[in-house]
Amino acid sequence: MVALLEQAFRDQWGRVLAALIGFLGDFDLAEEAAQEAFAVAAERWPRDGAPANPGAWLVTTARNRAIDRIRRDRTLVAKTRLLEVPEAGEEDKIDATTFPDERLELVFTCCHPALATEAQVALTLRTLGGLTTGEIARAFLVAEPTMAQRLVRAKRTIRAAGIPFRVPPDHLLPDRLAAVLAVVYLIFNAGYSVPPTRGELATEALRLGRALAELMPDEPEVHGLLAMMLLHDARRDARFRDGDLVLLADQDRLLWDSARRSAPARRR
Amino acid sequence: MKYMLLIHQGTSPTPQTEEWASLSEAERAEVYAAYRALNETPGFTSGVQMQPPETATTVRVQDGRTVITDGPFAESKEAIGGYCFFDADDLDAAIELAAWIPAARMGGAIEVRPIVEW
Repeated sequence: MVALLEQAFRDQWGRVLAALIGFLGDFDLAEEAAQEAFAVAAERWPRDGAPANPGAWLVTTARNRAIDRIRRDRTLVAKTRLLEVPEAGEEDKIDATTFPDERLELVFTCCHPALATEAQVALTLRTLGGLTTGEIARAFLVAEPTMAQRLVRAKRTIRAAGIPFRVPPDHLLPDRLAAVLAVVYLIFNAGYSVPPTRGELATEALRLGRALAELMPDEPEVHGLLAMMLLHDARRDARFRDGDLVLLADQDRLLWDSARRSAPARRR
Repeated sequence: MKYMLLIHQGTSPTPQTEEWASLSEAERAEVYAAYRALNETPGFTSGVQMQPPETATTVRVQDGRTVITDGPFAESKEAIGGYCFFDADDLDAAIELAAWIPAARMGGAIEVRPIVEW
């Protein structure tokens, strides 16, 4: 059950959070609600069994918690889109089996060029990857309070500057997609260019790359980046020996991961 | 969302300056046309054009004494030359409008600042 919960967290955090931000229009409120929903899951699933659709269950639970919280604290209402949503009947519309996948909206918001690159990276790892502030801080070798402040500032800018939560229209898409891919590649490199201690960042970048390829199947650049990351990643274990870099010609090819290496080719 | 667009003139020529005379007739017409189009954009409120930064006076009060220095607070090339307002759905809309302000492509830059709403 612990494994199942961990799996659900890994698989669902980004989607659940994206759906909540789309609904609530507020990053902090959405994050709190998502955390609360996962906490409820940790308590109930072992007792009652896991729901058929963990993602939808988590979103529904989180939304209800958020609505409760807003009702308790009316001042928050002014900050959220709930004002514009008619309250009556809203619960009926929450489908127990499906919920919108708004991860693309989220990634384009997090990688908006109005945010500093380091903030884009941190926010993407926090919201889509579900990494904790401490994990992100350690991965980028900064103090945790520094990283926490970076995240707070980025979220404040999104709200105050009116950075939209949407997939950019066609005439903006090429530039904005390039920015998203740059962030994903930056995350990959941070995990790849050093001895394998930060390999989890490369794995996270691959996860993001796969999600983008799934969400934007017609964008060649997305597939290109994913293929390149997979090719590099397949050689990850052979790149360092006792902490020293081993160049391509000297690498032990038996350490190359042939499944990962051929994955990009299979995509064509 | 309400935004204030601060126009940093940079090296871009403005009407009634020597640099302005160096522009061709067509280039000047383009600047006027751009401003006409901006003024007709819903949500756009024109501000003012300021005299060049060298005409600025900067005032500070230190220990109760008024201290006056010549020139703008910022470096001359970074000084603000004018401003306007735009009521937009989101930052992307404000960025697109900012790109239409002539100074943006003539050596200056536009700073888009959300306005605090009470």
